[in-house]
Amino acid sequence: MERSLMKGNEALAEAALRAGCKCFFGYPITPQTEISAYLAKKMAKAGGLFLQAESEVAAINMVLGASGTGTRVMTSSSSPGISLKSEGISYIAGSDLPCVIINVQRGGPGLGGIQPSQADYWQATKGLGHGDFHVIVYAPASVQEMVDMVINAFDKADEYRMPAMILADGLLGQMMEPVTFPEIKQKNSEKTWAADGHKNKRKHNIINSLYLQPDVLENSVVERYKRYDTIQENETDAENYLCEDADIVLCAFGATARVAKSAVNQAREKGIKAGLFRPKTLWPFPVNEINEAVKNAKTVLTVEMSMGQMIDDVKLAINCSKPVEFFGRTGGIIPTPTEILAEIEKLGGAK
Amino acid sequence: MTHEIILAGFGGQGVLFAGKVLSYAGLLDGKEVSWLPSYGPEMRGGTANCSVCVSDEPIGSPLILQPNVLLAMNTPSFDKFIDTVKAGGTAVVDSSMVDSTTDREDIKVFYVPATELASENDLNGMANIILLGKIIKETEMFTLDEIKAGLEKSIPPSKAALFDSNIKAIQIGMNS
Amino acid sequence: MAVVFDRPKALCDVPMHYCPGCTHGIIHRLVAEVIDEMGIEGDTIGVCPVGCSVMAYDYFGCDMIEAPHGRAPAVATGAKRAKPDSFVFTYQGDGDLAAIGTAETVHVATRGENIVVIFVNNTTYGMTGGQMAPTTLPGQITQTTPFGRDTSVQGFPIRVCEMLSTLDGTALAQRVSVDTVPHIREAKKAIRKGFENQKEKRGFSIIEVLSTCPTNWGMSPVEALDRLRAEMMPYYPLGVYKDTSVKEEK
Repeated sequence: MERSLMKGNEALAEAALRAGCKCFFGYPITPQTEISAYLAKKMAKAGGLFLQAESEVAAINMVLGASGTGTRVMTSSSSPGISLKSEGISYIAGSDLPCVIINVQRGGPGLGGIQPSQADYWQATKGLGHGDFHVIVYAPASVQEMVDMVINAFDKADEYRMPAMILADGLLGQMMEPVTFPEIKQKNSEKTWAADGHKNKRKHNIINSLYLQPDVLENSVVERYKRYDTIQENETDAENYLCEDADIVLCAFGATARVAKSAVNQAREKGIKAGLFRPKTLWPFPVNEINEAVKNAKTVLTVEMSMGQMIDDVKLAINCSKPVEFFGRTGGIIPTPTEILAEIEKLGGAK
Repeated sequence: MTHEIILAGFGGQGVLFAGKVLSYAGLLDGKEVSWLPSYGPEMRGGTANCSVCVSDEPIGSPLILQPNVLLAMNTPSFDKFIDTVKAGGTAVVDSSMVDSTTDREDIKVFYVPATELASENDLNGMANIILLGKIIKETEMFTLDEIKAGLEKSIPPSKAALFDSNIKAIQIGMNS
Repeated sequence: MAVVFDRPKALCDVPMHYCPGCTHGIIHRLVAEVIDEMGIEGDTIGVCPVGCSVMAYDYFGCDMIEAPHGRAPAVATGAKRAKPDSFVFTYQGDGDLAAIGTAETVHVATRGENIVVIFVNNTTYGMTGGQMAPTTLPGQITQTTPFGRDTSVQGFPIRVCEMLSTLDGTALAQRVSVDTVPHIREAKKAIRKGFENQKEKRGFSIIEVLSTCPTNWGMSPVEALDRLRAEMMPYYPLGVYKDTSVKEEK
């Protein structure tokens, strides 16, 4: 299959089109705007709809409306914009609607900066809105994974009737790499729940997240959590690089994992037994996989473009059975392999 | 073999495009490649740069801090990056635009009056491609045919008429 | 025996939760009658607001989507753009439409979105117990303006139809009332026109319905209707503020 050179944002947008995304609602924000620009150009030709909303708030609610009719729909933003979308995401989750949400992260809090960041890990995995709910969170580490994961995200969102998020960052969005587009088998998921006009053939469908009776609301949440259990069982994904004999296992996701891998290679050249564990799904967190990866390690070093957020899940996942250390840069600074290697050496990186 | 290249200059001088040409040439040559631009306000007229990796191995961090090849098209970029070039590396500088020099002796520096050469040869706006020609000659990163293939892929169909001028610019650079 | 009066088919046979004397019931009925008469229930998607009519999804027989507070126009946009051949309407109160949802309201109109907005203006937040709304009249006492709305502090009410009639995307902006039989007939005609506009893809239609809130106004239903006529109508004159279909006919 032909490899072409594409920016992460554009490759992701193209993959969404190929995955059968029929509606896109967006609002400009750096560093994800190429997604909107690409779809503005291509969506109509592909028989779909591109619409620039008046705000992120409006965009996510347009997603709610389109998804409510059973249509494959996506929106995209960057950190501050995702905060604005969080109300709508909670409603979408509470209404059991599928959709795909892209967060090409930048530095925060507040207006922050526009350079790459991973400081929305907590937001994505734990606090994407009010109430008890989750979204599936994928963490690509290459332009190819931007493509593969968005295609998968549409299918999983439909399968489980819930939002799926691609948690990327400015580096992945802006960089170009070779990419190939896989053949896509369109899954025919019939959406019998959709509010798309009952054609006088069925009872009316209601898309709703309001349950004034506490017991009814509790039941609806508990039902949803049963689905979450299935997801935690079946949908985790991770990469394990040289962990088998590693004394020190680095844990990193997304763009940071690329840098960490370079550091692992440099450590190995120096005779230090280092490995890398890379979660590809952040929720569900790959608990079994990380326990397998660190079983022979003496130390775990979490590396993030934040002040340390995923580290909480790493500690929980391995039940603090090993010391879990942290190295991170934040504000839009990408850690360097040299810095990480120094940290590995500081932690003893036993030869 | 891994080439780590930084291309830097003013927005509008075509450093991002030159980086794309190198990336495509690498891609067509079966290499692993990555291209990472600086982005944000500097894209709107200030300084712009991009990091390009061309390698036989999968690429880790696409952000280059110590390039082994530097293409510098303005003084601020030259000043910012010249000391980051790895020992043994190569710098190609548009001496029409850059008035600084370096006294580093552990790298090869080529001062090419690319902007003047471009205007003398009726190739306005192609100083970037002239410098690219110099780079591939001095580093032997790509052959003329390989860079031609990269150019063919990088030039959008609407500007296909400029292909021959680009080739001419590459040759001028190689012979400079 | 001949049936002379019945529940419109597009209304579900369930008890409504609205207070005695509230005009929501009449307005629901008018929308349902129009849907019946046009035979479009199977192709209609309604969008509910947050406010007193939050549970309207249980009352209309067509497919329904519940929107976050103020976002019904955005939700309706998503539904309409995804299913352009369907009929989409929102049903919103004054707090939902003219306070928290102002941006969505203005932009759905200026985009000329082919939807109908039924805007129920009763000058108060009913569901939460009668606080000041963007349409609360100067001097009006509410829970959060206990001494009356002081325009030097709380500013002035918004006249939504007048505002939206300035936008090129608006096809119909009409203010009606349901306080008397002739007004109810006129209101229904306006709602029908809104849905016809949607069919003809003329653009955005808003029908503002002056409504009462006896409970939070602290009045009997009859007193409430008197207040509507005496205080609301002078500030919010009934009438057609924009109607592009008229131009077409000429």
